[in-house]
Amino acid sequence: MSLDPTARPVDPVTAAPGANRRGPNALLVIGAVIVVAVAVAGVVSFFWTPFDTGFTDTANAKVGMGVGGHLLGTDRLGRDIASLLMAGAKTTLYVGIVAVGIAAVIGTPLGILAAMVPRRYSEFLMRCTDLLLAFPALLLALMFAAIWGGGITTAMIAIGIATIPSFIRVVRSGALVVLESEYVQAARVAGRSRLGIAWNHVLPNVLGLVIVQSSVSYAIAILAEAGLSYLGFGAGLTTPSWGLMLQESQSTLSSYPMITVWPALAIAIAVVGFNLLGDGLRDRFDPRLAGR
Amino acid sequence: MLRRFGIRALVFVVSAFGASVLIFFVLSILPGDPARVALGFGATDESVAALRTEMGLDRPLITQYLSWIGGVLHGDFGRSFSSKLPIGPMLFDRFTVTLWLVLGGVVVALIISIPLGVLAAVRHRKVSGILISGLSQVGVAVPAFLAGMLLIALVAMRWKWLPPNGYVVPATDPGGFVKHMILPWLSLGLVQGAVLTRYVRSAVLDEMGQDYLRTARSKGLRPMQALLRHGLRNASIPVVTVLGVQLVTLMIGAVVIERVFVIPGVGSMLTDAVSNRDLMTVQGIVFVLVLFALLVSFLVDIAYTLIDPRLRAK
Repeated sequence: MSLDPTARPVDPVTAAPGANRRGPNALLVIGAVIVVAVAVAGVVSFFWTPFDTGFTDTANAKVGMGVGGHLLGTDRLGRDIASLLMAGAKTTLYVGIVAVGIAAVIGTPLGILAAMVPRRYSEFLMRCTDLLLAFPALLLALMFAAIWGGGITTAMIAIGIATIPSFIRVVRSGALVVLESEYVQAARVAGRSRLGIAWNHVLPNVLGLVIVQSSVSYAIAILAEAGLSYLGFGAGLTTPSWGLMLQESQSTLSSYPMITVWPALAIAIAVVGFNLLGDGLRDRFDPRLAGR
Repeated sequence: MLRRFGIRALVFVVSAFGASVLIFFVLSILPGDPARVALGFGATDESVAALRTEMGLDRPLITQYLSWIGGVLHGDFGRSFSSKLPIGPMLFDRFTVTLWLVLGGVVVALIISIPLGVLAAVRHRKVSGILISGLSQVGVAVPAFLAGMLLIALVAMRWKWLPPNGYVVPATDPGGFVKHMILPWLSLGLVQGAVLTRYVRSAVLDEMGQDYLRTARSKGLRPMQALLRHGLRNASIPVVTVLGVQLVTLMIGAVVIERVFVIPGVGSMLTDAVSNRDLMTVQGIVFVLVLFALLVSFLVDIAYTLIDPRLRAK
């Protein structure tokens, strides 16, 4: 051990919990890059993919990287994996945007409402939130699939509804902090209406939380869609989807593992990307509001 | 403390009632005629009407609800629309299988997450700590069914160590039961363990900054000793909450895992019922699963009170 008193080793006990914040910016950048890459791949697939996603190159089925001009090889039917991944990114984006959109648009105002109304109403609202929380996305999606039949629309709506409670909770706790602040007190004294306070003061200040929650929920939506498509209640056979690619690759997994590996990597990387983005943004926005 | 339990129990009962109403009316009011689905689209209107009467679908909704929930309270979940068999006994058998699956998954998740989470917190600035955090970040991003597929391909197909799928009743062949369950347990537990590791790490990190731990250190305890003796109880409060949520997630994850490993649990019963549009069975299973979720959150609340003496005094 060194005799130099300044060369003291870092003591984990005295280290503040928030001290481990060297990396978040780097992680935020990585997350943002991944998310943008997925978005670009999805948007480009509207106009162009290396091969048509319906095209089956039967002469080159189950080939590896680069064979027959297929960048990442082909699946068991001879479809180009790179093209399917790009088109799958489109589906992922679509499902995520709609599901998270539903949850944010309904959950945010309800969260603000729960923070502003008298206690007995907010108590009731939060009990209903808890009740909805007992219906996870997959369960709700299966319930809807029993009524309308499975499909990407049913899946999106179910995932969206199941995500509402987390928005209500996060927004409510943020809004409660904002409502305690002096500028809101001042606005009250100045005679601002409750709606005016909600719109001008509470909403802008909880928007950061909404963005963070959206990013985290997006990651969960991707996983839920993959699970539903695997079960056969998500993307139909004509809709390109990463979860569906996994399900279709199961029969060839031990002989041609790469057909499974590519969509698996796509899902894992996209989920890590949205999670890192969410975590990074949480550190960037006001930590007092972030909660845990 | 008793008052607190009483209120919690009341909330549980009211929520369970609310859930039953919600499930029943969503499945009854939304479009789709179970009688027509059961008979196929070529059926005549008379035969559909006759079946509706037989299934009791021509009664007012309230009567239908009351007869359903009344039966459920006695363990009678009605008869399946497709197979015409009573749902209750099958649901009970299937639920037991799923419970085994989930409990094993929880054990695996805890064995992984508690030591790794504590280690990641204590060494949060060292390579090992950062490595654990990074790994858990990746583990969170892997769907459990994918872990299952990979385990089957590797352990069962390539190395032939364990059976790739199927289920053996524990009472008849305990050894075979464990052999068949190891891979499903691992698939569920590894992924949930990754999620839980992150929470354990952040809970322990929070406690490490507290004054009481500094005091314990100044008494001469080593960092790990102080943490184990004083910190873990405090850190366990947020972890118990997450564990409760995780238990529900595992139950739902089991739905997919049962498909991967062809396990005859409540999840495969549910997916079969959804494929057959057997709304009566779906209704019963969804209610049982939601009831399970509500029960877990009720128990988590009670666990809080037992762990945290401050809540007991209130």
